[in-house]
Amino acid sequence: MEQLQLSQSEIEKIREDFPILNRKINDKQLIYLDNAATTQKPLSVIESMSEFLKKSNANIHRAIHILSYEATLAYENAHKIVAKFIGAKSFREIVFVRNATEALNLIAHSFGERFLTSSDEVVLTIMEHHSNIVPWLILRDKIGIKVKFIKTKEDGTLDYDEAEKLITKRTKLLGVIQASNVLGTVNNILRLRDLAKSVNAKFLVDGAQSLPHIPINVSDLGCDFFVASAHKMVGPTGIGFLYAKRELLEEMPPFLTGGDMIREVTVDGATWNELPFKFEAGTPAFTEAVGFAEAIKYLQNIKIERILNYEKTLEKYILEKLKTMSFIEFYGHQKGEHLALFSFNIKGVHPHDAASFLNSFGIAVRSGNHCAQPLMNHLKIENALRASFYFYNTNNEAEKLFSTLEEANKFFNR
Amino acid sequence: MEENKPLDIDPLMMEFLLDHYKHPHNYGELEPAEMSYEDGNPSCGDQIKISLNTKNGIVDEIKFKGKGCIVSQSAASILTDMVKGKKIEDIKTISREEMLENLIIPIGPMRLKCALLALKVLKRAIWGKQFDGDDEDE
Ligand SMILES: Cc1ncc(COP(=O)(O)O)c(C=O)c1O
Repeated sequence: MEQLQLSQSEIEKIREDFPILNRKINDKQLIYLDNAATTQKPLSVIESMSEFLKKSNANIHRAIHILSYEATLAYENAHKIVAKFIGAKSFREIVFVRNATEALNLIAHSFGERFLTSSDEVVLTIMEHHSNIVPWLILRDKIGIKVKFIKTKEDGTLDYDEAEKLITKRTKLLGVIQASNVLGTVNNILRLRDLAKSVNAKFLVDGAQSLPHIPINVSDLGCDFFVASAHKMVGPTGIGFLYAKRELLEEMPPFLTGGDMIREVTVDGATWNELPFKFEAGTPAFTEAVGFAEAIKYLQNIKIERILNYEKTLEKYILEKLKTMSFIEFYGHQKGEHLALFSFNIKGVHPHDAASFLNSFGIAVRSGNHCAQPLMNHLKIENALRASFYFYNTNNEAEKLFSTLEEANKFFNR
Repeated sequence: MEENKPLDIDPLMMEFLLDHYKHPHNYGELEPAEMSYEDGNPSCGDQIKISLNTKNGIVDEIKFKGKGCIVSQSAASILTDMVKGKKIEDIKTISREEMLENLIIPIGPMRLKCALLALKVLKRAIWGKQFDGDDEDE
């Protein structure tokens, strides 16, 4: 029977798939703990793209020749692989875009302008990444919708009682981050979905941080929109997707317009191509689509469930240790489920200085406001360090982080 | 980035700056001040305010106030030392390189903005945006 956990020997094997993990920084072995920003890529993903470029490169949907046929097939197949991975009913519900940010902009623009009017409300959480806030604020300024935010409680979880009050029959869309890129909190999206459905609001899930770690089935979940970026799940940059229910995509007007997204153009107007190509104007990132498909195969091969279990163990281990480090102030991780993602500060030390110190020992963490200023303001944190782990990270690496943090504390706070 | 080049800051060398950070020179705010300016780096929250008074075209009094990382705050401490008693006109020509040299320790590319914030604030306090050598052309 297959283990539901990844064993240490499996992790060692997995690490060999990622060439960058061999890199030395200042003569120290790289310890990459900035996975929430972007993950590293396995050789199979890197090679899938170079093979494609060497053998099949040609523009898609445009020519009769064999290369174009192969490229078109590979590109469309990538949609199917994503659709299957997230449990969409059809590849027509998967729109390839540059990244999660573009997908969210597409929704606000296209859904927003078609379906929302000035008396409508959009409810978000205070945990959202800027990419799921700014497009709605712009829409608010354009057409006068109201945008409301569900806040977090002291313990770092969403205030579901407040959510119940904020979500009313004026609410036309509820947009939530499934896993926070600052606190690591995994939100109770079933509960949020029920709230949205109880008032007939559309339900949007930002899966940029969750899909790399947590099994998702959008059909079971019953969300109307789901977005993610390939580069945060061992895939390449330049490609991400929007999942939306087919009926919605049919109704929504195109976002970007031009080539490839039309059926027919005359000087008087145009009709739209079939889904999902209606939303994929211009030459898309088909090389990256090949890499994305390979990334999903890579994750499926290991199994997301096992990745999640392994990371849960890692999260508990790190959390227990952080609790004993009195010079560390960390945020969240008090109640409910969390990713192995931690925001923290060494008391009295600016996170940039701490990050510089860690960097000189080969440890890559993020420091800053993590594109979530409303949440940081709400938590009254100006800046923080963030260590975000993925399945190729090890307990040993966590140990090295702890000991280097102790060194940093001794150095700065003597 | 090339390997084995200091990518950032050697922590052992930060020692020199740490002293300025913990015991900043010229800390505070002049009231009234002939000239003052405040600015920050939004990405990291560094903030510096510099105020100064002159006598016969020479920096007579100068103080800075701020919050942020060691690099930005110690640079302000060092810069205010550098220009005290100097002709205002001579501040115009303080280059970014000169500022970095005065920090003694090598500053990697990721921290340049922190290292140069004080110089920018000082130049803006005196001349507005004209000579701040900000990174427009970077
Ligand atoms: C929760 C969340 N949503 C959206 C994004 C935006 O992703 P991208 O920059 O790939 O568009 C991020 C990236 O950090 C994120 O963490």
